[in-house]
Amino acid sequence: MTDDLKIKVNGKDWSVAASPDTPLLYVMTNEMELRGPRFGCGLAQCGSCSVLVDGVETRSCITPVASVAGKAVTTLEGLPSLYAEQNKLPQVPALHPLQQAFIEQQAAHCGYCYNGMTIKASELLAQNPRPSEAEIRTHMNGHLCRCGTYGRVMKAIQLASAMMTENAR
Amino acid sequence: MNAMHADSSFSRRALLKSGGALIVSFSLAGVAPAAAARGDVAGPPDPRAVDSWIAIHADNTATIYFGKIEMGQGNTTGMLQIAGEELGLDISQMTPVRGDTNVTPDQGATSSSTSIEYGGPAVRAAAAAARHAMLLLAAKKLSCQIGSLIVSKGVVSVDGEPGRSVSYGDLIGGKLLKAKVAGTAPLRPANQYTLVGTRVPRVDLPDKMAGKYVHMQHVRLPGMLHGRVVLPRGQRAYGAGAKPLAIDESSIKHISTARVVRKGDFVGVVAEQEWDAVKAAAQLKVTWAPTPALPAGDLYERMRAEKTHDTVVASRGDVETGFPKAIHVAGATYRCPYQGHMPFAPNCAVADVKSDSALVMSSTQDVYSARRFLADVLGMKPEQVRVQYHEGSGTFGRSCYGDAEQSAAILSQSVGRPVRVQFMRWDEHGWDQYGPAHLADVRAGIDADGNLVAYEYHGWQHGWTVTSTVYDISLQKPGVERASGSASITVNPMSTGSMYKVPNRKVVSHAVPMAGYLRGAALRSPLDLSFSFASEQTIDELAYAIKMDSLEFRRKNIGDKRWRGVLDAAAAAANWTPRTASSHSDADVVTGRGIGLGTHHVSYGAAVADIEVNRRTGNIVVKKIFAAMDVGLAVNPGLVENQIIGQAVQSVSRVLKEEVTFNKTGVTSLDWNSYPVLRFAEHPEVVPIVVQRMEEPSSGAGEEVMGATAAAVANAFFDATGSRLRQYPMTPERVRTALAGTRS
Repeated sequence: MTDDLKIKVNGKDWSVAASPDTPLLYVMTNEMELRGPRFGCGLAQCGSCSVLVDGVETRSCITPVASVAGKAVTTLEGLPSLYAEQNKLPQVPALHPLQQAFIEQQAAHCGYCYNGMTIKASELLAQNPRPSEAEIRTHMNGHLCRCGTYGRVMKAIQLASAMMTENAR
Repeated sequence: MNAMHADSSFSRRALLKSGGALIVSFSLAGVAPAAAARGDVAGPPDPRAVDSWIAIHADNTATIYFGKIEMGQGNTTGMLQIAGEELGLDISQMTPVRGDTNVTPDQGATSSSTSIEYGGPAVRAAAAAARHAMLLLAAKKLSCQIGSLIVSKGVVSVDGEPGRSVSYGDLIGGKLLKAKVAGTAPLRPANQYTLVGTRVPRVDLPDKMAGKYVHMQHVRLPGMLHGRVVLPRGQRAYGAGAKPLAIDESSIKHISTARVVRKGDFVGVVAEQEWDAVKAAAQLKVTWAPTPALPAGDLYERMRAEKTHDTVVASRGDVETGFPKAIHVAGATYRCPYQGHMPFAPNCAVADVKSDSALVMSSTQDVYSARRFLADVLGMKPEQVRVQYHEGSGTFGRSCYGDAEQSAAILSQSVGRPVRVQFMRWDEHGWDQYGPAHLADVRAGIDADGNLVAYEYHGWQHGWTVTSTVYDISLQKPGVERASGSASITVNPMSTGSMYKVPNRKVVSHAVPMAGYLRGAALRSPLDLSFSFASEQTIDELAYAIKMDSLEFRRKNIGDKRWRGVLDAAAAAANWTPRTASSHSDADVVTGRGIGLGTHHVSYGAAVADIEVNRRTGNIVVKKIFAAMDVGLAVNPGLVENQIIGQAVQSVSRVLKEEVTFNKTGVTSLDWNSYPVLRFAEHPEVVPIVVQRMEEPSSGAGEEVMGATAAAVANAFFDATGSRLRQYPMTPERVRTALAGTRS
């Protein structure tokens, strides 16, 4: 059965070797060797494993790999392409504006939470290009950071929002 | 620096110095030849050889080797700034290599905010020696006096004659410098610094943001198995270990590749697929030996009742004659919880153990110390074990990395293949070496003019483990406890009134034995939150008692200009206006503002907190923190600002929310729901202030404003409500209890 299980991650088809009940996270990290999604709690509490499934932020640590068959999975690595697709850009940028903004704001400490922060913020900006501070705080509340970087993450999201709406003009 | 600063910080320094002595003795005992076949021979390399620290390549770039590791604090960037400043190289011309027992110098643990303070000078001296060696070569090549040479971006030229130049790469590229770090090479004067003191962006961030950075959790080896530890859910009373009475291997027989590994009392599982290892560890039926009851419900009473080992850690004048001179005395008992490191990524390690050698990769704070413990566990000599550091997530002290690396090593040795161990969330939360709980009796008194005349602090806490759980149980040895020998384990005299001019002061540390409590270890700014929470509320109470502005009261009682400096900087940023009475508002939501001071060992921290208290729900929201730090010369003020922000947010999290919970059997806070931390929507805006002192030596920047922040929040609560919380975390339940009946 598992021979038949195929998933699509960042636009590429992948034949899954693991059993269908395996959480998507372990397939992405061990088979596909992706470095964006990473293990944090295995309980869907922290957000470090987040990916987009058909554009919706999803905790890959509790998502059976079989359940994403036929859906489009996007990881941190695929965000620039998704951004180019969403905005009909002629070419794929090296980084999503959020990634650029995180660097400009020097927002990270250890950087481990950033996968989830970036994925969740990209979901927000795709839905709401100019979120208020309160909207950002609410939308991001399911993503934890132990180093205390929330403030600069928020500034980075605001900067990315400005960059993106500027680009769209 | 006042007297207490100078004499009370000795203990941890003494330890660091003894580490330094070890380096020397290792180097005399025949260490690896510097940089010859780098990586092939067990280290540490000779710290007196420039080649141990710096390699200059033919393309005019350099590799800088150092023993302090990156944990998100940005010290890699800071270290490169120091090296580049002395060498005359740009940041982009240097590559850092850190934490490898076959490669990097032994600079001790990356802890206690010592990277720049102690690690920096060694790198600076080596880089200065390298520059001097390069200038000697260049002077010969260019036929000129060394004094006429200038360096820019690794190109040496005769001052005023840019045509007469030669690059480092051309002078030495690829060859050994063979120079000594004698400490005699001229150092760049601080007033000519071009890299140090500037806001160089973090060198590690572009890869981290792009998802290209290799965290420990990303490391894989060919042919590797996946391993998990099997421990009781939630740690038991310290000293009792975790003894499996029976293991029912049939409980996981349906997981075809899973195998149980046992060494002493250590139980682990391995499997070909990671998910199988996760399931096997969760489903393996183990009967654990019963353990003594934990002090659930009577923790602080038990601590007070213990037979303790008492040390007077600070003493001046005579408090017994001092207190009768006071016209007003404030005093109370404070209770401060166990808290955990809880790294955002549970610890992970990969080990490849062969019959006569081992390679272990982990997120340890100290590769050389990890090597010694791993050698014990594997029955090898330290020189047979190579430990390589890979960054995990921020660890904030000794989380379970020792357990993870030893588990991986045990499993790999047992199965003869490389093994990757990832701790599960409940392993990390449940088997941490927690920051110990603290009980304090504090009193302080003032004379009629508002001068502090007497101060007395008694603190109870247990010490730290030296070894890790997996070490203890796999070797079936009793754990080794450190209860003294460091100002971080005893009550820290720096954090308990040292900033004030008090003629009569006594600070006593009551060391509680750890057996029967929880495993302890250093948690970022060890116990300083607790000390400041207790001490600075006592000071604040005195100010309000005589209706003196609490800022003015502190100013009046501080003698040291650097303490005044941070206090004034935080107050100015906050636009502080005098406040002499707490709010008596009956509104549901009231606001308050508080101020606090604190440190860890050397640097100076001050904070102002603006909070909102919902008197009905008991919920506290910290709106804004103004936090100032004086770290002497801030090598990179941008990095220090980021550290201030991180400390302020983490301190708010700890003072409002964090508490390790346990019942009589074991720890019950095993995930982010049962051990809540500050969430995105709750974070305060933080205004960081770096009090730059180019003329002072650099001191730590990773811990020193946490205590001040916690104290400022506690004092703001009084300002808002007229009540004091003498126990944290300041949860809604505790707030409602404190405010019950206070409403008119």
